Amino acid sequence: MVEAADMPVISARGISKSFAGVEVLRDVDLDLGRGEIHALLGENGAGKSTFAKILAGVYRPTRGTVAINGSVADINSPIAAQKLGITLIHQEPISFPDLTVAENLVLGRNQGSPLARVPWAAMTREARQLMDLLGVKIDVTRAMRGLSIADQQMVEIARALASDSRLIVMDEPTAPLTPKEVETLFGIARRLRDEGRTIVFISHRLEEVRALCDRVTIFRDGNRVATDSIGNLSDADIIRLMIGRPLREYMKKHGTTIGEVALKVEHLSKPGFFSDISFEVRKGEIVGLGGLVGAGRTDVARALFGVAPASGGSITVNGKAVVVSDPSQAIGLGLAFVPEDRAVAGIFRTLSVEQNITAAVPGKIAPGGLIQRLVEKTLAQDSVRKLRIRLASLRQPIGELSGGNQQKSILARWLLTDPSVLILDEPTRGIDIGVKAEFYDMIGELAASGRAILLISSELPELLALCDRVLVMSEGRITADIARAEATQESIMQAAVPRTRDAVAA
Amino acid sequence: MSAMDTEVTGTTQDSAPARPRWQTLLIRPETMTFILLVLGVIAGGLLSPFFLDINYILSSFTLYAEFSIVALVLTMVIIAGEIDLSPAANMALSACIFAWMQQAGVPIPLAVLIGIGSGLLMGALNALFVIALQLPSIIVTIGTLTLYRGLAQIIAGDKSIRVPEWFIGIDKIMVLGIPLPVLIFIVEAIVLAIVLGGSIFGRQIYQIGTNEIAARHAGIRSRRIKLLLFLITGGVAAIAGIMTASRLGSVRYDLGLGGELQMVLMAMLGGTYIFGGRGSIIGTLLAAWLLSIMTNAMNTASWLPATQFCLLGVLLIVSIIVTNFIYSRTQR
Amino acid sequence: MIGRLFLRREAGIAVMIVLFCLAVGTVKPQFLTLDQLRIVLLLTPLIMIGAMGQMMVIVARHVDLSIGSTLGLAAMISGMLYRFDVSVLGYDVPWWTGIPLSIGVGAVLGLANGVLIQLFRLPAIIVTLGTLSLYRGLTFIVSNAKQIDRQYIPTELKALSTTSPILGIPWIIFIAFGIAVLTYLFLNHSRIGRQVYAIGSNPVAAPLRGINVTSVTLLVFTLSGALAGLAGVLYASRWGFVNPSNTGTGFEFQVIAAVVIGGVSINGGVGTVLGTVLGVLLLGCVAAALPLLGIPGTSQAAIYGAVILVALLIDRTVRQRGIVGLRRATA
Repeated sequence: MVEAADMPVISARGISKSFAGVEVLRDVDLDLGRGEIHALLGENGAGKSTFAKILAGVYRPTRGTVAINGSVADINSPIAAQKLGITLIHQEPISFPDLTVAENLVLGRNQGSPLARVPWAAMTREARQLMDLLGVKIDVTRAMRGLSIADQQMVEIARALASDSRLIVMDEPTAPLTPKEVETLFGIARRLRDEGRTIVFISHRLEEVRALCDRVTIFRDGNRVATDSIGNLSDADIIRLMIGRPLREYMKKHGTTIGEVALKVEHLSKPGFFSDISFEVRKGEIVGLGGLVGAGRTDVARALFGVAPASGGSITVNGKAVVVSDPSQAIGLGLAFVPEDRAVAGIFRTLSVEQNITAAVPGKIAPGGLIQRLVEKTLAQDSVRKLRIRLASLRQPIGELSGGNQQKSILARWLLTDPSVLILDEPTRGIDIGVKAEFYDMIGELAASGRAILLISSELPELLALCDRVLVMSEGRITADIARAEATQESIMQAAVPRTRDAVAA
Repeated sequence: MSAMDTEVTGTTQDSAPARPRWQTLLIRPETMTFILLVLGVIAGGLLSPFFLDINYILSSFTLYAEFSIVALVLTMVIIAGEIDLSPAANMALSACIFAWMQQAGVPIPLAVLIGIGSGLLMGALNALFVIALQLPSIIVTIGTLTLYRGLAQIIAGDKSIRVPEWFIGIDKIMVLGIPLPVLIFIVEAIVLAIVLGGSIFGRQIYQIGTNEIAARHAGIRSRRIKLLLFLITGGVAAIAGIMTASRLGSVRYDLGLGGELQMVLMAMLGGTYIFGGRGSIIGTLLAAWLLSIMTNAMNTASWLPATQFCLLGVLLIVSIIVTNFIYSRTQR
Repeated sequence: MIGRLFLRREAGIAVMIVLFCLAVGTVKPQFLTLDQLRIVLLLTPLIMIGAMGQMMVIVARHVDLSIGSTLGLAAMISGMLYRFDVSVLGYDVPWWTGIPLSIGVGAVLGLANGVLIQLFRLPAIIVTLGTLSLYRGLTFIVSNAKQIDRQYIPTELKALSTTSPILGIPWIIFIAFGIAVLTYLFLNHSRIGRQVYAIGSNPVAAPLRGINVTSVTLLVFTLSGALAGLAGVLYASRWGFVNPSNTGTGFEFQVIAAVVIGGVSINGGVGTVLGTVLGVLLLGCVAAALPLLGIPGTSQAAIYGAVILVALLIDRTVRQRGIVGLRRATA
């Protein structure tokens, strides 16, 4: 028995994973013990989420094995994982909004024939017990629709309990939660640990990790770089391990002068999304917009660009007060917006690279309504050359290009509009490190040529390296405006985390 | 971050190789339609030498011209990612309104204008539901299809309304040796092919159909374009309805009954992608001729109308399956 | 249990029915008689049966436009059994044999829809538009475009629509309500029934919970076809003939109108049997009131169309109330 207790619940050996030839995880070995809360830390794209999803059967590893209690298991689907006692709790929980809470709890359990009666009474009773066990008050007979994210997470956790999971993986569960909800979650996590279950906790927030976890594993660029007890590592150690490489110092181009105000926002509000947002961006200036996921940064950008207009406040572009209610109008004012989710809001997947690049300048390629092929081709070719977009042909569908080159094409689209204000929302997400550096150079050049740039990023090193100033948002408000000289990871994080959360960290 | 890394990913990962040009040209649904059309003409020719007579080919197409005229604009609607099942009912209602008006003593030109105006209104109603209220066009136009046909039934009852002698026979008017409806169809096809293939409006239709969210982010006024498409469909359907009235000489509420199937079929058979973003006017043009020739051949071979009914249904399903298959092969 | 969540919607339809009846009743007092209730009830059984199948299909985020043609073909095949049994089979088949035959034919046709939709990943609306034409064409072919006349339909079958076990309510109405009860039990109390809602509610996540989307979808279309088949043989019972061009034509629009007015959301996942039954009854009341009010029968189709559009509007308004919170979650 002693041996069994010492034996790791999960031991992963040599796990590697590639997507479309890009290796995002390289030979990761990791043991998870019984009754521990284990944090996975790393920058965005470091591989921690991919690793967690492999454990939960969402992805299959390209190479490597996972052993459960010493025997190698084939986790080929989320259902298989669940049967093996592994549950993944997504940041945005999976739910069936039209079914009741109790049904959502039991869905997926394989019991009896398809025509078997639904044991409503027993199901409700069991669901109530689970909720009581977790100490949360949710009416299990109501529909999932309208439940808060926190409550939906609780339902997911209850699911894990109901199927008696020994490993519960929580992928950034705290991002959308209020401090009080985080506290409840942590209490439950500790109880589950004390029952002997294993919890994998993925987070960016060091203070949360300190408050909750026993051991940490740090990922960097697809490698596991360290695993240690949390007490043995200082914050500085962890950050050093996460960043690893000294980020190449971004050199500002000589002669860049910060000019007059290009974009001025005053008291911009949109109930439920953000409120009282005021800031300005000057010509030649790169202003960062940091904060946690869900802090409302993207919503502000969407409002500025007219995708989802704000309901109150004022916007001034190049000294002119404007009301932006539609993207086409924003473009006319000299705004450009590279959206966060390229596949959803950026590219036309099946259309040619050429068409994708020229999509925002109908007036240039078709002055009289008819498209001038030669003009279009020249414009696209110039862009490809300038931004070093690698492709086989201008006529090939953009979906065939790599993520970095797709993103360059989107940037090219906006440069053709010659914008005076450029809003970049996570421009380097999902892009190879090599191409990232190219992007940093380009962003610098754009600022040097006198454009005002608003850079939204969750990657702190990126903000620190590129920005003249960093604004930080938290829960829909701007909580800090930090000059380049004062900006540090700590100062940004401190402003990004909702204030009352200090209690949790203690 | 070294240049080396970039080089390596550059050569192996940055893009798939481009396909040979001939492949992209040849493996298209339109090519299939064209081959079928050739086969149809050959089969028809074996059946009766009439089928190789250009005059017969042109005059027999007048029966199909009205649906085909609408199918061309419907193609654009489908490429834009929407659908309109109501134009056949729209044809009936516009024609009924027109016939009713002229019977009530309204001068014919004015009655025609009122008919077309009502068609535009019907298009606008579809657009209101789909664009302003953001309901799925497929179910909205099922509703309006029932409504328009029902209104036509209220106006015309079970009787047919006659139109004056001199207004009858648009299909008998020959211009340059081509029956007028057929000429209208061909001219419309040329105009729309240029618009769809060569103008920025056409370009943006494809972009909206491929990814409407991205299109909106790129400053494309997708709602305005869709509104326009629904209006054009409504107006063109009304014109087609009045043309049908002229060809038949009288109007009943069941004018063009079941036409929505034929129109959708023409677009699908011509390789328009049901989920939007792909398709062409030339495809629909070929498909319209193909249908016309097939129907004639089947009539000549004295197949029952019922068999033809079946064939249309089967053809619709097979054509979407084939089109989907071809597109899924050529898109990664 | 789940009914409680949507009870407000059902109450709304019930109130609409009452208000409508009172309004008509003030103009034409004879509308509020028991006799009239019988007329309303007699107008509804076929639509009710078709609506139960359509409701399942729509809850699963599809639609079935072919049910009218399915009804026609199934009715025709049973009609032909009655017509030709003596001349071809050599003996007179029992009167009830048409019922399983019709249901079976409908089930096969529905399954064919499901296979095309699920295995080839095609949009249900286009596929069923195609089979609408195909099945209607087949009806003409098998019947040689001839009607099955009154004398061939067994008297016992016709009696289902005229004779009553109790309270003067014909059998056919009991059958329709029986189907509604069975549908309720299936959708709310069987595991697979709940999976229909799960698929409609979140089709992407359903496989992650081990739901076999393919088999559930096939089942739903098969049931929709089978119920249309049952409606087909009852059509023969109710009207005493089967006509290749009239039988079932436009049935799909009546049924879709009833289903959407009953609160079944076209976005899937939402809808109750009670709501659908009420939707059917509301349509029945409207249809019964028209002749009394002197409105010609020709305006029925327009009313169905208007009803569909109004129901869409209501559905949208209901959904929009909860949408701000949702958008936040999905942004």
